[in-house]
Formats: sequence, C-alpha cells, structure tokens
Amino acid sequence: MYATSYHRASSVEDAVRLRARNEEGRYLSGGMTLISTMKQRLAAPSDLIDLRHIPALRGISIDGRKVTIGAATPHADVAASRELRALCPAICELAGHIGDPHVRHMGTIGGSIANNDPAADYPAAVLGLGATVATDRRSIAADAFFTGLFEIALEEGEMVTAVTFEAPEKAGYAKFNNPASRFAMTGVFVAKTASGVRVAVTGAGSDGVFRHAGFEQALASNWSADALNGVSVDASRLLSDLHANAEYRANLVKVMAKRAVAAAG
Amino acid sequence: MGVEGIGARVTRKEDKRFLTGKGRYTDDMIVPGMKYAYFIRSPHAHATIRSIDASAAKAMPGVIDVLDGKQLQADGIGNLICGWMIHSKDGSPMKMGAWRPLAAETVRYVGDAVAIVVADSAGEARDAAEAVVIDYEQLPAVTEAVAALAAGAPQIHPEATDNLIFDWQLGDPEATDRAIASAAHVTEIEIHNNRLSPNPMEPRATLGIYDSAEDHYTCYTTSQNPHVARLVMSAFYNVAPENKLRVIAPDVGGGFGSKIYIYPEEIVCLWASKKTGVPVKWTSDRTEAFLTDAHGRDHVSKVKMAFDADNRITALKVDTIANLGAYMSLFSSAVPTYLYATLLSGQYAIPAIHANVRTVYTNTVPVDAYRGAGRPEATYLLERTIETAARELGVSPAELRRKNFIRTFPYQTPVIMNYDAGDYEASLNAAMQAADWSGFAARKAQSEAKGKKRGIGMSCYIEACGIAPSAAVGSLGAGVGLWESAEVRVNAVGTIEVLTGSHSHGQGHETTFAQIIAGRLGVPIESVNIVHGDTDKVQMGMGTYGSRSGAVGMSAVVKALDKVEAKAKKIAAHLMEADEQDIVIENGEVKVAGTDKALPWFQVALAAYTAHNLPAGMEPGLKETAFYDPANFTFPAGCYIAEVEIDPETGETDIVQFVAADDFGNIINPMIVEGQVHGGLAQGIGQALLENVQYDESGQLLTASFMDYAMPRADDLPSFKLSHQNTPCPNNPLGIKGCGEAGAIGSPPALINAITDAIGNNSLTMPATPMKVWQALHAAH
Repeated sequence: MYATSYHRASSVEDAVRLRARNEEGRYLSGGMTLISTMKQRLAAPSDLIDLRHIPALRGISIDGRKVTIGAATPHADVAASRELRALCPAICELAGHIGDPHVRHMGTIGGSIANNDPAADYPAAVLGLGATVATDRRSIAADAFFTGLFEIALEEGEMVTAVTFEAPEKAGYAKFNNPASRFAMTGVFVAKTASGVRVAVTGAGSDGVFRHAGFEQALASNWSADALNGVSVDASRLLSDLHANAEYRANLVKVMAKRAVAAAG
Repeated sequence: MGVEGIGARVTRKEDKRFLTGKGRYTDDMIVPGMKYAYFIRSPHAHATIRSIDASAAKAMPGVIDVLDGKQLQADGIGNLICGWMIHSKDGSPMKMGAWRPLAAETVRYVGDAVAIVVADSAGEARDAAEAVVIDYEQLPAVTEAVAALAAGAPQIHPEATDNLIFDWQLGDPEATDRAIASAAHVTEIEIHNNRLSPNPMEPRATLGIYDSAEDHYTCYTTSQNPHVARLVMSAFYNVAPENKLRVIAPDVGGGFGSKIYIYPEEIVCLWASKKTGVPVKWTSDRTEAFLTDAHGRDHVSKVKMAFDADNRITALKVDTIANLGAYMSLFSSAVPTYLYATLLSGQYAIPAIHANVRTVYTNTVPVDAYRGAGRPEATYLLERTIETAARELGVSPAELRRKNFIRTFPYQTPVIMNYDAGDYEASLNAAMQAADWSGFAARKAQSEAKGKKRGIGMSCYIEACGIAPSAAVGSLGAGVGLWESAEVRVNAVGTIEVLTGSHSHGQGHETTFAQIIAGRLGVPIESVNIVHGDTDKVQMGMGTYGSRSGAVGMSAVVKALDKVEAKAKKIAAHLMEADEQDIVIENGEVKVAGTDKALPWFQVALAAYTAHNLPAGMEPGLKETAFYDPANFTFPAGCYIAEVEIDPETGETDIVQFVAADDFGNIINPMIVEGQVHGGLAQGIGQALLENVQYDESGQLLTASFMDYAMPRADDLPSFKLSHQNTPCPNNPLGIKGCGEAGAIGSPPALINAITDAIGNNSLTMPATPMKVWQALHAAH
C-alpha cells in the first residue's frame, strides 16, 4: 500500500468538504474492494475519507412501505433487521449472504453500489427493486445509476447517502457462487413492485448489472418459475472468465431467475 | 500403553501456543538492525535481461542497497540444483538447466527473481523496487507440457533440446505389449492430473543474519528439513561451510511439500546480509506464494489396461508427460519417476507393467512434490482406469477390484516395490459397509425423484511412505540418504528431551513423539520435550516429507530409547544389586521383576549424572543417539468411497457422503491420525472439485490469488466417515506405516468416479467444476 491520509468524516458536509480539499482523495465506506486494491498498489488515493462513522448515514428507517437504508449501513445490519425482513425479506437474505461475517460487518450498501463490481449482490437488489439512490446533492433512479462495469452516474466528489425503495409485493434473490471468490457468478433479483415486475441480473453481464426484459414480460403475465421456461437468455451479452463461460452463465441466469421467483413465492 | 502412551488420544501439546497466538514463526523473528528485502520478479514468462538500472532506487529513502544476479554470480554463489539424478532410457543423464538464485541473463517464468532491494522497511523496499528499471527483451513462452515438446516450441534451456529433461522408463515394455496384444479386453483412457498450488497457511519467509566477527551465518526459514537446507546451501550454493551456517526452522505453518526445497530467497537473503552488513528478512505475500512456491502434479498420461477373458488384469501401459516448470526443483525428478511409476501396480496383481515418463520444461513455476508426490498421480490414473474398465466390461467396480487384489505378502511388483503387508479386501469391505453400498440404488432412485443425479465411486489406493532405505534410493539416483536420527537426552532429574531430525509443521510431533517416551517409561507426557528444527541443537537429520516422521523418525527415537533403557537398566541393576535381565521399566519406575524392589525413574537418572556409584567402567550420563535407516518403504493402503448428488441445472456437486477406510498399521494417536486424514481429504477433494493453477498463453498466472484459485472451505466438505484396519508394518519397531498423505492420494479418483457415474459421461477432467460437470452432463444427454 502506498502512503495515504485517513480522515474520519463526522457529517456528510464534513465528508464533502474533505473530499473537495483532496483532489486525489477517495471516499471509504467499508473498503472491502478499495483497501484490497490499495494493498495490491493498484489504487493510490492521497486521502481516504471514511464515511462509516457518520451517524446520519447509518441505519434503516421504515415509513409505511417506504424503506430507507443509510449508505453506511453494514450488510450485517440489513440482514438482521426484523422490521425490514417483515417488509422485504429478499434484501435481508441477500445481505446475509454477501462475503463472510467480516465483510458483512465492514462492507456497506453505499460502498457496494458506488463500487458497482459486476459480481456484487447489492446492485441486483437496488436495480431489481427500482430503488432510488440519494446522494449529497440529488436523487438518482437505479435505472440511471448503474452505467457499466465499476461505473456509476455520480459526479466527482458526489457521495451516496441512502438507498430508498417501496417494499415490493414480492421479491426473491438467488445466486450461484463463484467457487473461488464466492462472489455472485450469477445472481438474479426478481421483484413484483407497484410499477411492475423487475428482474435484475448481477455477476453475469459484460456491462455489469442489467435488467432482463424478456423475464420481466413473462413474469408480468404469469408470476411463476415455469413462465421463464421459454424465454431465452442472450449469451453474447454475458461475461466469460476462468470459472464460467457465457453459455454456462446464460444457463445460470435462467436457473437462478427461476429459483428467485420460487424464493419470492 | 497407558493413558498417554501409544494409542491414546492425547490432545496436542503444541496447540496451546498455536491457538493462543503464541507460536513463533520465521516472520515473528526480530533481531537488532534487521532490514527488509523485496524481491523484484520477472513480469514476463520468458525474456532476456538487457539491462538493470538501480541508480534511482538506491537514492530513495531508507534504501540500503539493490543487488542483482551479476553481483551474486561474481561472489561465487552457486546455482540451485535438483538432488535426484535420473537417466533417460538411452542412458543419458537428465538435462538440468541453470537455475540462478537471481536471474542474470534470462528469466523463465513470471515470478523468477531478478534483483533484491534491502531497505529500512518493507514498504520502502517495495517503493524502491518500482524505481528499478529493467529492460527485458520478451521471448515466446510455452506453459503446457505437451505443447513444449512439440516441434517449434520456444526453447527454455540450451541444455534441454526440445525442452525434454529426460525420457525414462520402468518395467518391461515387451512383456507389456505382448500381454496387451493378446488381451480379451483393453481399456484405453487419457488422464489429466491438474496442476495445484500448495497454499500452506503460513507463506514462506526467511531471515538471513551474517555475523562478520565470527564469519558465521544464521538462516531462519520456513523449512520442513533444516539440515537438508544447510547441507545443500553449503555443498552446492557456496553460501558457507556447514559449521559456519546455522539453519533454524522454528514454528512452521504447514508445508505440504512446498517447504522441502531450498528456494532462491534463503540463499539471496544470507548473501545480501553479508553484502549489506545487516540482517535481511523477507516474507512472501500470498500472490508471491502462488507465483513462486513449487506447484504440484501437472501430468498428462495415456493408459492401456489389458484384461484376460476372466477379467484379470494382464498388463498396464502408461505414457506420461510431466510438466516440471521452468527449472528443476530439488526433488522434482523423483516425483514423476520413483515416487510415481513404482506405485502403478496399485493393490492389484498385474504381471506386466511398463511406464514411460517424459519430463518437460515450461515457462511456469517449478513443479515438485506436493502432498502425496507422484502417488496421487499414480492412484488417480489407476483408479480411474479400473473404474472405466468395470463400466466397459459391465461388471461391478468393487468386484473387478476384488478379483485383482494382491492377497499374499510379501509381494514383488514388476515396478520395484516389494509390498510387505496388507489386507486390501478388509478395507474394501469396511468401506462398502460404512457407505451402505448395497443401499445405493434406492438412494439413487430417491435423488432422481427430486430431479437430482446421484453417483457412487470408489478408489483403492496404495502408497509408499517412510522414504526410504538409503542404499536403495542411492542406487536409484538420490543424492542423499533417507534415514533419520534421534537423541534421547535424560536430564539429571529424569525429565527428557528428544532431539529429532524430523520437523513438525502441523503434524503434532511434540505430542506423538512424546507419547512414545511416556508410554515406554510410564512418565508423564509433560516431562518429555521434543526439540527439532535447529541445526545447532539437533544432530544431522533428514526432515519431514513423504509421511516419514512416524515410520522413520519415530523408529530412530525407539532405537535411541532402547539404548537409554539398556543403560538405565544396568545402573538400576547395579544400585539394587539385581541381575540386569530382571530389570523392567514401567509406570515411572525401574523395578526388579517379581520383587518389591524399585527405584523411581528420576533416581536412576540422577545416579547416572552424580556418577557416585555406577557399574565399573561405565561413563556417566544418560543420553543416547540413534540413526535409523529403514529396511523398506511402508505401504499404507485403503479404500475410499464417495457418493455425490449433482444438480443437473447448475452442475453443482454435493458430496453426500465420504467414507475412508485406511490401513496405517499401528496408530500412535488416533485423534491426530484422523486430523491428518481429514486434512488430506480436504486437499484431495480440493483437487477433484475446486483447485486448478491456470496460465494464459503468454505465461501470465491467472490464478494468483484466492479470488481465482478455489481452495476448499469447510462447507465444501462433508462430515467424513473414517475407519482403520490394521496390518502392522513388519519392517519397523512400531509397526506403523504413515498417514499424512493418504487422504490426498485416495480421494480424487473416488470423487471423479462418483461424478462420472452420476452424469453418465466418463469424459471429465479435474477439477470437476460446476461448469464442467454441467457441460459433461449435457454432452451425455
């Protein structure tokens, strides 16, 4: 790791100010990817501005069916929230299977979606739920937030403050682990929301998380795993790597989608 | 016997320190003035070094010096060697290319060490390394052994034409070919044994300390055999004469073979310590371990197994190509030859066997012994082949094996080994019973009812442990003898130190070796300390590998203990005015049999040291040394059964049961033996389902971290069902065989046999990842 200066931000304003002062600085919200990358000397931020200790960014609030998860809320808190589980168990299940216990107590939802690893779990939930990403300056719809591999719609210095969504009527998540890293080799989040059925796929797309229109249409007319039988998955848009080629991933996308529907009930 | 003697489940004495973080590993060693090394490694798989410019790096903060291979050569430091000479079948010696501790002209794999930066901190050393400018001219590279032999392949060493190191054979080619020609059935199969990275929990590390006042070197290192390291560094690398070099291997966190060898880093840090005048420490990180620790396996073989009309095996013919990587590591030549082809008879009476082995250079990490070393390759080949034959012949795989078992001992195989004892059917029966083999069909039907594919597979392995009779291995090309030493040192108060040339790096020697003493003398196990791993403390020894510490190391302890007891009896007889023949030692007392005369053990020890009243002419003291040279290998054997359930939608394999029935001979500590079997099974299952070293075409290592190299985790493994059969080894005093490698040797074929049984497609290579199983399943249907 190259030398870096660590700052523990006390508020959102403090964080934005620190970030503005340090052109080569980075926000840190768990560091589950950033710290490893720095240890390998593949990233060299001059300053790290830690968001995990900003009280306003932590916690889950529920207002009717509207759910707000603070950006610095660790996965373990999401997994353990009884109130959230009563409204949307799928996101609790998803959070409870990210990484290992260490990761779940350090990693945060804001850190995960701001990094937008193509194999991360949370992007599938945020996109699948049609959530809104709140930042220090605006709100961004999930459909506009994820723009490519490790790419998101944030401006320089902008930070995620919360993720908000309406609890879906039904939702489910199924993932197939990469045997080595245990990241999602394919993960599919399905949700029946007020604005329609949404299906988001992570771990498989060559441009990162994506929605599957064919699955959404099929499930909109018939919410059942069998409804997906005749729908094809285009392998040409999928990743090929050491562990899974695009053809196998295309199979997994369909199998996991069906299992997600079954899990959603 | 006794609660702490042979056969007792004594909890491990060493675990308190390991489990409370008090272990002392090489990286824990801090000495005054110590500095840190960073090795600059080749980013290319094959290149010539045009120039190295370290001027900017030397001026950076904290940097003591930057040293390169030309300086190393100028100081007369020698090349790394392979210590086992193999001759090709045309009589020519193996073609050993030069392996310089720091490459001076050519780099041959990604990770080949080129230069070293010594600095005040590890971070400053690494910073400065980035400022060293090395101009490489890239050369074409080859990573696969078969491709390296092909015409037009890049040439890696000038000494080895067509990258061929040796073309060796064992057995009778004519008799084998004749038997195949007249066979009723011949099974042919191509077998791939995947390349593995050992991944001990503790990465390699070394601390080189040069003392200019004494012209003496101390080397702390993560070694399985510190005396061998000292010998090789003295005799071949010109680091220092043995009396001026102390090698200490303190607590070592796993080795699995990878810490047998002497690597460039030990040599370079010792040399750099003299060069810079400061102690120099290096600790590998995990990616460096993937890039530089000797890999294992990597064989491609063509096999023919011939049967007569009664399904008896009449011949086995094997043609193997083994990838040895960019350089010949210390024991690399022995692994695919005398540790492999000699086990190709397995548990079966096969009248004619012929094995041809070609070893090949490639632009990859050197390949050497890894848990099992040759025997897993032989077992996988044989047990996949016989399973395939059973399917082709339409007979039960268990019955085909049973029909061909060796049943009389000693048994001379056509491939050197002389099996001393065994009862293969006992293990087969025990395993089949434990697995409820006969109930499989019903379980398969249940799986099918829920849309799953179920399969069952077995593997009957044999291996050779306790390497080995020195004269025998010497005649086969070994550069060393493979005996072991022990000193049993009784203190004046009766407590005991055992100095052993074996080295414990996870095996639990501090417990099991102490059990031998505690059991024999009837003294508390706490009164026995095991000393190992320091060439200044312990007499010459050969170290730990090949499951030899029990069969060879403990036998040396027994021999030394025999001498100690004999002397103690003489002293006791003198003190109690009894006949020496009537003296017995038990329960911590030295007694006159059949009387109430007895002396506490400590009193005899004290008498030996006060020397006030010893038999006439007897030397004072109570301390004896023994060197034990085994009469033969030992031959653990057993039967493993795997039962799997496959999810046809994803290709995922669930191991629903795994049964291991092992014959290790007598067992010192069943708990530790079970732990060894569990660990071996985890590694074997890792090889079968998960682990695979992969390079890209340019020679870049794609699996250089745990993000891409799949290590088995606890939840990948079932709860194992173990049992032990016991035919004591007749050739060593304890009747023990060795248990460290069996799990890794026997399990891969059992699993692949089970998976291929489930999916109905025999074309499946390890690791059987979900994708490969899914592909094979869909290819079959």
